[in-house]
Amino acid sequence: MDVIVQAFSASNLIFLGKGLLITIWLAIVSIAVSFVFGSLLAIFRYSKTLVLAQLAFVYTEIVRNLPLILILYFAFFGLPEFGLQLSIFWKMAIGLILFEISQLAEIVRGGLNSIEKGQIEAARSTGMTYRQTLFHIIIPQAFKRMIPALVSQFITIVKDTSYTAMFGLMDVLNAAQIIWNQQFSFIFPIIILVAVLYFVINFTLSSVSLRIEKKLG
Amino acid sequence: MNFSIPLSHLDQYWSGFVVTLKTSVIALILSFIIGFIIATLRVSGVRPLAFFARWYVEFLRNTPLLVQVFFFYYALPRLHVSWLNFNGYQAGMLGLTFYTAAYIAENVRAGIQSIDKGQLEAARASGLTYYQAMLYIILPQAFRIVIPPLGTQFINLVKNSAVLAFFAGLDIMYVADSLQGSSGEVFGVYTFAALFYLIITIPLTILVNYLEKKLAY
Repeated sequence: MDVIVQAFSASNLIFLGKGLLITIWLAIVSIAVSFVFGSLLAIFRYSKTLVLAQLAFVYTEIVRNLPLILILYFAFFGLPEFGLQLSIFWKMAIGLILFEISQLAEIVRGGLNSIEKGQIEAARSTGMTYRQTLFHIIIPQAFKRMIPALVSQFITIVKDTSYTAMFGLMDVLNAAQIIWNQQFSFIFPIIILVAVLYFVINFTLSSVSLRIEKKLG
Repeated sequence: MNFSIPLSHLDQYWSGFVVTLKTSVIALILSFIIGFIIATLRVSGVRPLAFFARWYVEFLRNTPLLVQVFFFYYALPRLHVSWLNFNGYQAGMLGLTFYTAAYIAENVRAGIQSIDKGQLEAARASGLTYYQAMLYIILPQAFRIVIPPLGTQFINLVKNSAVLAFFAGLDIMYVADSLQGSSGEVFGVYTFAALFYLIITIPLTILVNYLEKKLAY
């Protein structure tokens, strides 16, 4: 019992809390940026006429079939080789974004393809341009259908940020590791607390997604 | 980009490739067994068992794989039970297995529940016991539905097995990282690691897509 009280001392909890903020900030940045670029890549692929469609295809198919950890190694050691002197946070954020773009692009593509092609023809025959059809007819419907897959990928991204601890980013897992390395008897309470923190974030995300799904019907 | 360094260490890449593949296959078999048991508990109708199965899935899917591997690697040896002292490779393998089992359990459950309830009733009415009906009628059909998601889980396992690199697991990622450390070459060394992953994952992705189309009805 004493061990638990000592492990959850105010200073340890503040230290973990700071790590948790970095985890959350990294997750938000990665989700926001990779969702925007992932959607763009998927739309390029959907509009087959563009030359960019081929590029988007090659990028998504290669990157989504690689381990995220490999991309993080690439970012960690590779970005400085390009002369980019970035903080560890941005090196990790770029690595995560490069990988998650490919995952999200695949989900958005699946959503777009799930809308019957007849709808494009119908919309076009009422006089809408291709772009109008895409943005007013196809994308809104597709988006509704992709919500479950998108949210489950967002949850994965929150979990994926934990690998950055191994590259030295002071996220919640790294903070936890520092605490239990100082006092090894703290390992059980601290690792369970960290697991619960991730769980609470992700379980909340999935509950919110379920509620949105129900609302949208 | 310098390819001479990875090219002169192809034997190491090859042994890493074998470790990655072997680990993923063993983890898939073990996690299928565990996932199958969890799914059966979930649909068993026995309250405490279904409760356990539900929270196993929720907790393992909503916390990072790395935290789970840390649990096996750092926390369990603290119990001072000799058979709970895992080395890095074993901890990685256990983490991968229990983590993937949660996903497979969901796939199997979805498979079982997609079979029309009337079939179970019909089988029972024709004189089969509950277990016979499950074993001979429901599960073979469910298995068919579960095959493509199992392929996806295997691809994820191959990618997630890169976590072994953090625990000196001798897999592809570990080989590449060691080579990067000793030679200082970044892009050539990691590009070769990428190629070795893609040799496994791209054909599997194509196969899963094909099976999804073929088994869809």
